[in-house]
Amino acid sequence: MESIDAMNFGAIARKKLNLLTLLVVAAMAMVALPVGSFAQEDGGVSLDEGSVAEPLETTVTEAEAAGFDYYGPEMIKGQPVSSDEDFWGSMTFQDQYTETGEYALWMHDAILLPIIVAISIFVLFLLLWVVFRYNKRSNTVPSKTSHNTVIEVIWTVIPVLILVVIAVPSISLLAEQYKSPPEDAITIKANGYQWYWGYEYLDNGGFEVISNMMPESDALDEGLPPQLAVDNRMVVPVGVPIRLQTFGADVIHSFGIPSLWFKLDAVPGRINEKMLTIDEPGIYYGQCMELCGARHGYMPIAIEARPLEEYNAWVQSQPGGMTRAQIEAEEAAAAAPAPAEDTTEVEGVRPPVSSELDAPIAGEAPTEDTSPTT
Amino acid sequence: MATTAEGFDAHHEEHAAHDHADHKPSFFSRWFMSTNHKDIGTLYLIFAIIAGVIGGVISGLMRAELGSPGLQVMGGVVNFLGGDGASFDQQGHMWNVLITAHGLIMVFFMVMPAMIGGFGNWFVPLMIGAPDMAFPRMNNISFWLTVAGFFSLLFSLFVPGGTGLGAGTGWTVYAPLSTTGSVGPAVDFAIFSLHLAGAGSILGATNFITTIFNMRAPGMTLHKMPLFVWSVLVTAFLLLLALPVLAAAITMLLTDRNFGTTFFDPAGGGDPVLYQHLFWFFGHPEVYIMILPGFGMISQIVATFSRKPVFGYLGMAYAMVAIGVVGFIVWAHHMYTVGLDVNTKMYFTAATMVIAVPTGIKIFSWIATMWGGSLEFKSPMVWALGFIFLFTVGGVTGVVLANGGIDDNLHDTYYVVAHFHYVLSMGAVFSLFAGFYYWFPKMSGRWHSEFLSHVHFWIFFVGVNMIFFPMHFLGLQGMARRYPDYTPAFTYWNEIATYGYMVMGVSMIVFFVNIGYALVAGKRAPGNYWGEGATTLEWSLSSPPPFHQFETLPVIEDHHSADDHISEKPATA
Repeated sequence: MESIDAMNFGAIARKKLNLLTLLVVAAMAMVALPVGSFAQEDGGVSLDEGSVAEPLETTVTEAEAAGFDYYGPEMIKGQPVSSDEDFWGSMTFQDQYTETGEYALWMHDAILLPIIVAISIFVLFLLLWVVFRYNKRSNTVPSKTSHNTVIEVIWTVIPVLILVVIAVPSISLLAEQYKSPPEDAITIKANGYQWYWGYEYLDNGGFEVISNMMPESDALDEGLPPQLAVDNRMVVPVGVPIRLQTFGADVIHSFGIPSLWFKLDAVPGRINEKMLTIDEPGIYYGQCMELCGARHGYMPIAIEARPLEEYNAWVQSQPGGMTRAQIEAEEAAAAAPAPAEDTTEVEGVRPPVSSELDAPIAGEAPTEDTSPTT
Repeated sequence: MATTAEGFDAHHEEHAAHDHADHKPSFFSRWFMSTNHKDIGTLYLIFAIIAGVIGGVISGLMRAELGSPGLQVMGGVVNFLGGDGASFDQQGHMWNVLITAHGLIMVFFMVMPAMIGGFGNWFVPLMIGAPDMAFPRMNNISFWLTVAGFFSLLFSLFVPGGTGLGAGTGWTVYAPLSTTGSVGPAVDFAIFSLHLAGAGSILGATNFITTIFNMRAPGMTLHKMPLFVWSVLVTAFLLLLALPVLAAAITMLLTDRNFGTTFFDPAGGGDPVLYQHLFWFFGHPEVYIMILPGFGMISQIVATFSRKPVFGYLGMAYAMVAIGVVGFIVWAHHMYTVGLDVNTKMYFTAATMVIAVPTGIKIFSWIATMWGGSLEFKSPMVWALGFIFLFTVGGVTGVVLANGGIDDNLHDTYYVVAHFHYVLSMGAVFSLFAGFYYWFPKMSGRWHSEFLSHVHFWIFFVGVNMIFFPMHFLGLQGMARRYPDYTPAFTYWNEIATYGYMVMGVSMIVFFVNIGYALVAGKRAPGNYWGEGATTLEWSLSSPPPFHQFETLPVIEDHHSADDHISEKPATA
């Protein structure tokens, strides 16, 4: 298959490992806080700031990013629909904002759903038919028929044909989803921590944005959906291919955004990678989708997709953030071999084989002595 | 399909004449040192009911928590079990403990003991005309290992497991959450519980295979065996091949946790995804282990109450074999999002969809069995009809999930929860209730109330559909599994599901009232109380059967075709 190299591993910026180690240690330390320090008011419990990982040096606080105007609630596109607003909408997929998502949605709505509904109704109809036609009163003498080769062949072959009808678009959907990102795609790495996300902008200076769930009261004040709203969103460019990598810093997490038809596990010891191209500017909510411990339900994802210029402006508002043009200019100035700017490494070094079981990353062994204790 | 006994009652009176056949040991030796397949089967059924009640109460706590957004119930549960209920992390951890316990209990200590240990033990020897299982003492050990495993799991609730008491890893026990992510002995006890239950099941599987291959009555060829026996045979092979892989995987977890190995730790060259491959190599056959005996029971029941032999007997038997074989080569469809490469995902998509074919054969064959029959809607039959429809619904959502590209959105959402509860909580459990009402008078000698059984069915049917159908919507909308709390947009369908649980709970009260009624005041049941449609060998015996049956082996006449009568006659020396 042409897209076999869709999963690129190994070419991680090794320089990032020190930072990562630091973050993991910090996460572990947080876990090690005595349990019970998170006492809440009765009933509905929400996270208070004290219980959330404190920003590390590289973390961007909102104050630092001042001057950049984040989207308000009116730009929310990808979030679950309440049945009060849209009853039928609450029974189906969220609207899709990627090309593959639209294809997959079409495949579900136009092929799979009609087929499975038809099969279920067909079986129900047959059952009702035998119940009414062949009950003891209507049919006192049972037949002795126990074989009919023709019908047995039919009910073997027709399901096979139906499955072929499903398999063809299914396989092409998979091929679509595994298209390799182009060389100049923007690389963003989503690190899953217990229990928050960190977004590393590897092509823009390597800064990391730490993203925690917003306390429920704050979210409601700002008109954002509780449990989904975060303090610092993952800002990404719209309409541009993103090479989205996921990595699990402690246990397995999963980066899932329903409205982008995107889900990729964040596994310790390997980098998973997939291309993501968002069609429209807006806010898209997702959540951790792999059980990762006590606060698995409280590490949402919020993506803010901005036009490229606005994305670049945002990047520059981040500490250490550089646009691609700035990085290139810097490199040209240095003239000599690149000063180990990791962005170029990531793009340049791509292993020829897509290997599932990527070797563990050298030096990535912080868990041994700092395992979480409570 | 096999067997009819001509002159049913002739034989058991002969047994009654021989007092020694019904000589029962004293209470302790009978129930704690049992070597009698029927007593062990009864023990398994009682055990499964107790475990099912505990697992069901746990799901009630979960539904109560999910009835509205926020955390309302977990604090109380934490306090109840001796933790600090005000701690946010302990509440979140308790949620994970409950989902873990619910999954493990329902899989290992409810469905498997009931299907294989309970009905398998009771009726495989009876159906093949054997006096008992091949290894009666091993049979006893299988049971008590399962009980010990259950206690190990319950014990884990009271010891530290990381952020709180108990093992909060999910029933899948994924590393590294189950290794470095859960400090404390709880996960060790949960793993040990799986070891014990697994060892019990492996011993049970050997016992069934040996019994079925060696102890069939003269004349009962493999192709004359009742389909329930076929289903247990296939299940036993799945157990024998799959469980050792689980045992290996969880042993590696134990050594990773306690002895410094790094099988699943990338820091030492291991790989967390390796654990998932090993787990699901066991886990996927496991779901067929849970449903295949149900298929067998449904086949018996549908044939009985249609007063017709099963349609396409050979196709039915080999469809189960095919499901068993293909079940071993589809495991990675549980892992579509871990970062499989595209070819792997395409293969598993295609292979998974193949399973729909033999499953479809079974559904259509059941309908064809009823076609032209003379249907009687006794309680087992209505449960069987409910099974066929609801299993179909669960099956077709499985076809949706089989598509790797579609699963990218649905993986680990409530759509998956809805899917596997339709095939298990409705598929497997409906077949269990069908089998229970089919054989309860045979096992106890007393009639349950047919009226209450129907009431039980209808309330249960409405209840479980109210619980699980809305979960499809929640999953499509993106609600993640294993969340104690959710954004308010998900409230409506969660409320309906929680009301559904209450409806279902009422039906279970009816069930227990029915059992109580039967045991206290039930009419005595004759040997063959279902009439001419019931043709397998257990109907040739009294209800309950004598303590030792078939001391003289029944002979299955071979001048009929596989689908016709088989009569029982004393072997002539």
